[in-house]
Amino acid sequence: MSEESRQIPVTTDQDVVRVRQLVRTVAVDAKLSLVDQTKLVTAASELARNTLVYGGGGTVEVSRVRNEIRAGIRIVFADQGPGIADLDLALTDGYTTGGGLGLGLSGARRLVDDFTIDTAPGEGTTISITKWCR
Amino acid sequence: MERVPVLKIGDILLVSIQIDMEDQVALQLQEDLAEKIVATGCHGVIIDISALDIVDSFVGRTLATIASVSRVLDAETVVVGMRPAVAITLVELGLSLPGIRTALNVELGIEMLARSRAESAPDEDEDEDDPAAVPAP
Ligand SMILES: Nc1ncnc2c1ncn2[C@@H]1O[C@H](COP(=O)(O)OP(=O)(O)O)[C@@H](O)[C@H]1O
Ligand SMILES: [Mg+2]
Repeated sequence: MSEESRQIPVTTDQDVVRVRQLVRTVAVDAKLSLVDQTKLVTAASELARNTLVYGGGGTVEVSRVRNEIRAGIRIVFADQGPGIADLDLALTDGYTTGGGLGLGLSGARRLVDDFTIDTAPGEGTTISITKWCR
Repeated sequence: MERVPVLKIGDILLVSIQIDMEDQVALQLQEDLAEKIVATGCHGVIIDISALDIVDSFVGRTLATIASVSRVLDAETVVVGMRPAVAITLVELGLSLPGIRTALNVELGIEMLARSRAESAPDEDEDEDDPAAVPAP
């Protein structure tokens, strides 16, 4: 169940910085450990940049969530871009179509507790990540 | 757009990144540094990232590129001050920063530069051994 959430548009480099700052603030409020804050902000930075660069812009929504046992933070990155045709390939370390390091998707997945991705060619991409408080 | 200052201190260029850089700012820094290396003839560059609370793959790649470009321009780069949580996160992200020399703080970075300069300097031994350099993958 979602408690509070904030959504910000991602259409410029500056917005990616804003995403990092928002996620950091929420992670501190949620009392994530320093290492977990760092992991979550890093994952968010990677995925927000992808939303901007590959998705052609979109939105990022940051929410405090809670299940039966734990509290956490969920971040949803959504764009209406070209989508990802071969997801396994895109999630391979080092794979990039944009001259990057190809570690954004695969690395972000390693840095969080839950990672789900919903994408299809021509249908845009939505990625949801969650980090739970320990 | 903000700009990260490049300071010349003695024969070293010092860059202390104090802001959360937009990607364009990081790219600008890369250019500014290359120009400053050529303009000053400095052989050492220290990049202090102790104020950064994250390093993602873009900034990581920028640091690696700066190190490579500096090397081509006959300057050695040392990245100093990485926070422990940043190091842990970088490794899990999959970025081990090959080819980048690191030191714990500015002082140790300066020592490292002085040492490697002394080793490669005057009565040049022809052996190119550089024990601190990490081979590229
Ligand atoms: N939101 C997105 N929309 C479309 N394609 C994407 C999106 N995110 C990632 N991709 C694709 O997945 C590839 C891998 O992404 P990533 O791991 O972040 O590496 P990089 O950003 O370095 O290319 C990208 O090069 C791109 O082809
Ligand atoms: Mg990426």
